[in-house]
Amino acid sequence: MNQSCNEHASDHSPQRPVPADRILIELTHQRIDVGALRGHITDPDTGAHAWFEGVTRRMTAGRETVKLAYEAFEPMAVSELRQLAVQACERFDLAAIVIVHRLGEVAIGEPSIVIGCSAAHRVGALTALPWLMDRIKADVPIWKREHFADGNQQWIHPQ
Amino acid sequence: MARFEILMFAAARELSGTDLLVVEMESPIAAGEIMNRIGEIVPAIAPMLPACRLAVDQSFVGGEALVDAGAEVALIPPVSGG
Repeated sequence: MNQSCNEHASDHSPQRPVPADRILIELTHQRIDVGALRGHITDPDTGAHAWFEGVTRRMTAGRETVKLAYEAFEPMAVSELRQLAVQACERFDLAAIVIVHRLGEVAIGEPSIVIGCSAAHRVGALTALPWLMDRIKADVPIWKREHFADGNQQWIHPQ
Repeated sequence: MARFEILMFAAARELSGTDLLVVEMESPIAAGEIMNRIGEIVPAIAPMLPACRLAVDQSFVGGEALVDAGAEVALIPPVSGG
């Protein structure tokens, strides 16, 4: 897979290929340490670093959740996340990107996903985040099981 | 007839009681036909199949795609990551 982020960069951007090591994709069973990821997207030529953390919410439509548990088809999830990261680099002229998704149980308030990206200007970095989240929620083979306070649990399979 | 192994995940895994469904089918076979066969073998999954996709060698395929025995086949229920 060609991981250069600059193949289809817009005409006004410098032709600055982004090495594969500026795209970090990870699935982890450990709590995600956002601070430890900051260094990955640092780049002296960027003026914007944008981050998104998706965390476990306690109340949904009046029902209390105690925890979420995630499972993945891991090799395909990594492959899909990497493809999305490369597309985001091309589309939004990103200099670096990190996507980490947690697997296993995730307690209330803890992050299940962290995305960070850097770009020369803020609009690209900020716009990349919802673009990526929408596609991750549609196409990356990761599933969430919700555990409720009333003892019930269910897989979340949006139709 | 050839042996196909289909990886099962999330609710599909729980409803079928296995993470690897083994099915004897002609090869090659259309992905859509594999879905039909899964529904016949595990009727409990049938209601959710229209919302599921098939991945072959870790890429989504359409119903017309031909799948050879030996390919890595996975039934992908609607995803809910993030």
